[in-house]
Amino acid sequence: MEKTNVSVFLRKYTMIIALVLVVIFFSITTEGKILFPQNINNLISQNAYVFVLATGMLLCILTGGNIDLSVGSVVCFAGAVGAMMMDKNVNVVAAVLAMLVIGILIGMWQGFWIAYVKVPPFIATLAGMYAFRGLSNAVLQGMTVSIKSDAFIKVFGGGADCYVPDLFGGEGFNMTCMIAGCIAVVVLVAMQLKSRINNKSRGYETAPLGSTVVKLVVISAVILWISYKLSSHKGIPTALIWILLVLLVYGYLTTKTRIGRYLYAVGGNEKATRLSGINTKKVYFIAYVNMGFLAALAGILTIARLTSSQPTYGQGYEMDAIGACFIGGASAYGGVGSVAGVVIGATLMGVINQGMSIMGMDANYQKVVKGLVLLIAVAFDVLSKREKK
Amino acid sequence: MAKVLLEMKNITKTFPGVKALDNVNLKVEEGEIHALVGENGAGKSTLMNVLSGIYPYGTYEGDIVYNGEVCKFGKIKDSEEKGIVIIHQELALIPYMTIGENMFLGNERGKSAAIDWNETYGEADKYLKMVGLSESSRVLVKDIGTGKQQLVEIAKAMAKHAKLLILDEPTSSLNEKDSQALLDLMLKFKKEGMTSIIISHKLNEVAYVADKITVIRDGSTIETMDKHTTEISEDRIIQGMVGRELTDRFPKRHGVKIGDVNMEVKNWTVHHPLYPERKVCDNVSIKVRKGEVVGISGLMGAGRTELAMSIFGQSYGTNISGQLYLDGKEVHLKTIKQAIKNKLAYVTEDRKGNGLVLTNPIKINTTLANLDSISPRMIIDKDKEYQVAEEYRGKLKTKCPTVEQNVGNLSGGNQQKVLLAKWMFTDPDVLILDEPTRGIDVGAKYEIYCIINDLVAAGKSVVMISSELPEVLGMSDRIYVMNEGKIAGELSAEEASQEKIMSIIVTSGKGA
Amino acid sequence: MNKAMEIFRKHTMKIVLVLIVIFFSVMTKGQMFAASSFQALIAQNAYVFILATGMLMCMLTGGNIDLSVGSFVCFIGAIGGHMMVRGGMSVPLAMLLMVGAGVIYGVVEGFLIAYINIPPWIATLAGYLAFRGWGTALLNGATIAPMPDGFSKMFNGSIPDLFGGAGLNITCLLVGVIACVLFVILQLKSRNDKVKKGYEAESMSGVIVRCVLVSAVILLFAFKLAQAGGIPNNLIWVAVIVLIYNFITSKTTIGRYFYTIGGNVEATRLSGIDTKKIFFLAYLNMAVLTVISGWMTMARLSAATPTAGTNYEMDAISACVVGGVSAYGGSGTVFGMVVGATLIGVINLGMSLMGIDANWQKVVKGVVLLAAVVFEIMNNKEKTKD
Repeated sequence: MEKTNVSVFLRKYTMIIALVLVVIFFSITTEGKILFPQNINNLISQNAYVFVLATGMLLCILTGGNIDLSVGSVVCFAGAVGAMMMDKNVNVVAAVLAMLVIGILIGMWQGFWIAYVKVPPFIATLAGMYAFRGLSNAVLQGMTVSIKSDAFIKVFGGGADCYVPDLFGGEGFNMTCMIAGCIAVVVLVAMQLKSRINNKSRGYETAPLGSTVVKLVVISAVILWISYKLSSHKGIPTALIWILLVLLVYGYLTTKTRIGRYLYAVGGNEKATRLSGINTKKVYFIAYVNMGFLAALAGILTIARLTSSQPTYGQGYEMDAIGACFIGGASAYGGVGSVAGVVIGATLMGVINQGMSIMGMDANYQKVVKGLVLLIAVAFDVLSKREKK
Repeated sequence: MAKVLLEMKNITKTFPGVKALDNVNLKVEEGEIHALVGENGAGKSTLMNVLSGIYPYGTYEGDIVYNGEVCKFGKIKDSEEKGIVIIHQELALIPYMTIGENMFLGNERGKSAAIDWNETYGEADKYLKMVGLSESSRVLVKDIGTGKQQLVEIAKAMAKHAKLLILDEPTSSLNEKDSQALLDLMLKFKKEGMTSIIISHKLNEVAYVADKITVIRDGSTIETMDKHTTEISEDRIIQGMVGRELTDRFPKRHGVKIGDVNMEVKNWTVHHPLYPERKVCDNVSIKVRKGEVVGISGLMGAGRTELAMSIFGQSYGTNISGQLYLDGKEVHLKTIKQAIKNKLAYVTEDRKGNGLVLTNPIKINTTLANLDSISPRMIIDKDKEYQVAEEYRGKLKTKCPTVEQNVGNLSGGNQQKVLLAKWMFTDPDVLILDEPTRGIDVGAKYEIYCIINDLVAAGKSVVMISSELPEVLGMSDRIYVMNEGKIAGELSAEEASQEKIMSIIVTSGKGA
Repeated sequence: MNKAMEIFRKHTMKIVLVLIVIFFSVMTKGQMFAASSFQALIAQNAYVFILATGMLMCMLTGGNIDLSVGSFVCFIGAIGGHMMVRGGMSVPLAMLLMVGAGVIYGVVEGFLIAYINIPPWIATLAGYLAFRGWGTALLNGATIAPMPDGFSKMFNGSIPDLFGGAGLNITCLLVGVIACVLFVILQLKSRNDKVKKGYEAESMSGVIVRCVLVSAVILLFAFKLAQAGGIPNNLIWVAVIVLIYNFITSKTTIGRYFYTIGGNVEATRLSGIDTKKIFFLAYLNMAVLTVISGWMTMARLSAATPTAGTNYEMDAISACVVGGVSAYGGSGTVFGMVVGATLIGVINLGMSLMGIDANWQKVVKGVVLLAAVVFEIMNNKEKTKD
């Protein structure tokens, strides 16, 4: 599952250490509150959109430091359209599909201008940021539209009652969740063992046993700990399922598929990639179509969580996504970055957000901190790769 | 009579203003190693680019017949599908990816939606061993030296199951040992049925591996020598490569007095900016006198441009050591501005890439390096600027409607004149010209030679870096020959000849 | 026919501006031409001209932008509000300190971008977020108002009429007439000089046409503004800054270097110019000009609010792009930007007068930006080829 790409790994370790330190810091300043089950739960459900958006943003950044400033507006717009449709009693499934299709169409629109007409990405998406914000407002006519479909909220939500129900009827403790966590650990260990045995038998190189064991132990511990915390609250929030789905799919895509390779290659050396016979324009196009799609998905998760659609939703989302990517080790020049890094980056940002909120810090100073963190992460990245430029 | 695998018939390729290939014919038999030799710019790489599909069907005239059928390659992948794989001199690798990833880029192992990394790395290791690399395929490309990166490129070609392998200067970054290993590898492949075309300057290597040698000169095929029927010696090859009539292409210089030493460089060593252990200039010492034209010849990659740029205000390279003397005094030029102030000028090799601002008019380009001299109190005297531009237009006979014309619209020769004008306007004592007549037609070349003559007649010094031997011979008072970062030899105008220069280059490479 | 095409290409945006003005005049049943509209056009868009001037300098160097300007305006408003309103500080001192804040920010930003090589859009994106948060926090989410009169008058007021005309500000008209006369004289002189020195000069008829058109516009503005109360102070700020930067970009060495860097940064570097210093100056300059547009905003709202400056970066970038500034750098002029900013201002005003929903206005703005960039790229296809 993990890429044995030495420098990315090292960078990940730096960020993991940073994450641990930040958690410790906030545990102290919030007197442990940040580790309460409820807050762990909130961390996941309130930041679901960051994980989804950052994954899409990662693909764009990989192609050469290109970003999409419109995602927040697209989240709002897709959500607005979906909410209006469901309000007019359109079938939920149809509404969901419509939202996704809208995301794809927007992605194709922006991707076309960026990949084939060579409009600089930040201008094309800046235009989109304004246009789609305006359209959202127009669609909602400035009002809030509430979502009444229970099914929709339950499937995509993370709100009050959106949990995978406990099949074992535990009292105050969600057994299903705990068991799911244990199963996850078992599966992970089994997969690693299998792959190890496989490699050995075919004579391929394998990582030293010691480091594999340590990695497994640490990851398993984290999974079990999270499962425990979630079980102590209400169980698995449905948003988590979507997050995991996106992370697993894109984790696979970036490490095991051709298109994943090409995204990295284009950012690493566009000329070399072209000389290897790859259609680089198509690669850029796909990155932006995908971003549109994931922005729509994030839109779905957002309106489900907030059980409504408002014209102000999505503001600042692009910052969170971009920040998560860079903190997670993506290079501002492209070619470097991973989904695992995004997880860490998004988690780090989520922890900072949560921690500052629990500490009662002014929401505005939180913004300042976010901006500084982004700057530091990028400066760190640029300075450590000085030779590349 | 072995089967003819590839035949390139009557290939002609023109670029705006230049005919790169003129009715070139090439026949390669199956299982042979065929060498293409010729000077820089003779057309060898262009020919191979036509073959591999980089210049697609329709952009050239003539036919490519491979395995009996006429081929119309639209892109690189088309030729690769037939088993024709080209390895460029410029490495097409992605630094932050592993060797294995690079090797199979565009050629991935596994099913369409699932790359099998185990298979990828396993296969990659196999091919790496084939080319003699002991590194693991999981190492990042940026962490191995350029010499080894070259081998990775070859392994990459092997992974594409090449049947006709084209290598463009494959040993240019390799040391003795690795070069030998590569050549033996080629012979090994040949035994296994591989057909190869190798483009190389290293004639000793060519003589070692090639079955046939085709000499290309000025875009035409001159002759093909067969090892089995003719005695192939390096001298014989050199004669084919350079033997052209030296007509009166160079204006004569009369009565130009050569004075004292104007610029002297001693023990100059420069390291590569990205790979600090690699020396691009190694203990170079040269001197240049007033009124003299000093030529620096050598192959591409010999380090001439790097030498010039590192002298010119350290605009290239790291860890630069040595002494630089201008007019007898030692100077330390840390910035380009200082170099200009010290009456040094450097006319870049790539006039379009980093010499001129193509989207700006002639007059702006002309004054760019010395704008302050016509700008009292930071305000540009536009009239003066116009006059200066006009003055140089007249002096250099630049063909353009007005000096308001954008430089990008001029022909190569006239662009070069504008670039020269820019540097002449800084009133230098020493001008370093890097490939001053590259890509320029014969008439414009003559005009530029006249300009050079005028410069030295006025007491200035000109250092001319050039890969065109006739030019170096026709214009220089003295010639330095550079190879692999070192000065391999120095010849006076009287003793120099094309054969002598080539043989210095060729012999200095051996066991250097 | 070819001549017509050529003229169209050279003056596209100006022609589009005229067409748009006509369009809105029709749609608003002539309200577009009311004196109040002219006044509103200037009052509402003065800040765009200032910001776009700074953005122009950044974009010239290679399509680099500054996304933080709007948020910085909010921040400046916050500190200015605290100093002048809550703290009772003297206006000149407060203004000096605000400029100081701009300089500090500009230095930091310029350093990060020019010497640390952080991509401009990231560095300024961080500022976009941080300053919005900081500014809002300083204001505690509330509004500080009203701004002291002495301050507001510097921007909101207009030049009083020295001739005491009734209903029509004679001074304003006079200034307009003088401006026309100056313009015509300068044009004729410049042409004369060119002819005398033997340069290629425009045809006399071309010069005359231009003089007539420009004079007509100036007089129209002068007349309308005279009706509305005189020359707005904002206009003076804008005019001064536009003229200064036009001078810098067209006549000074440093202005020249901005263009050549955008055209080919390596060639410029190898010609002995300190390219890093120029990038640094571009961003330092942007920050200082942002302070000025911040003042205009504070004066217009007579308050410092947390939402001040929203979308300002968009307006500035659009003004530049619509005004013909290349998204890749190396070309664009101050007067082109003026046309672009005016065009956007007219579109904004026209849509408001027509009563178009603010949200559809946003959509139109986004589309116009995209269209302008695409048009500019199409026009210069060779420049952007790999």
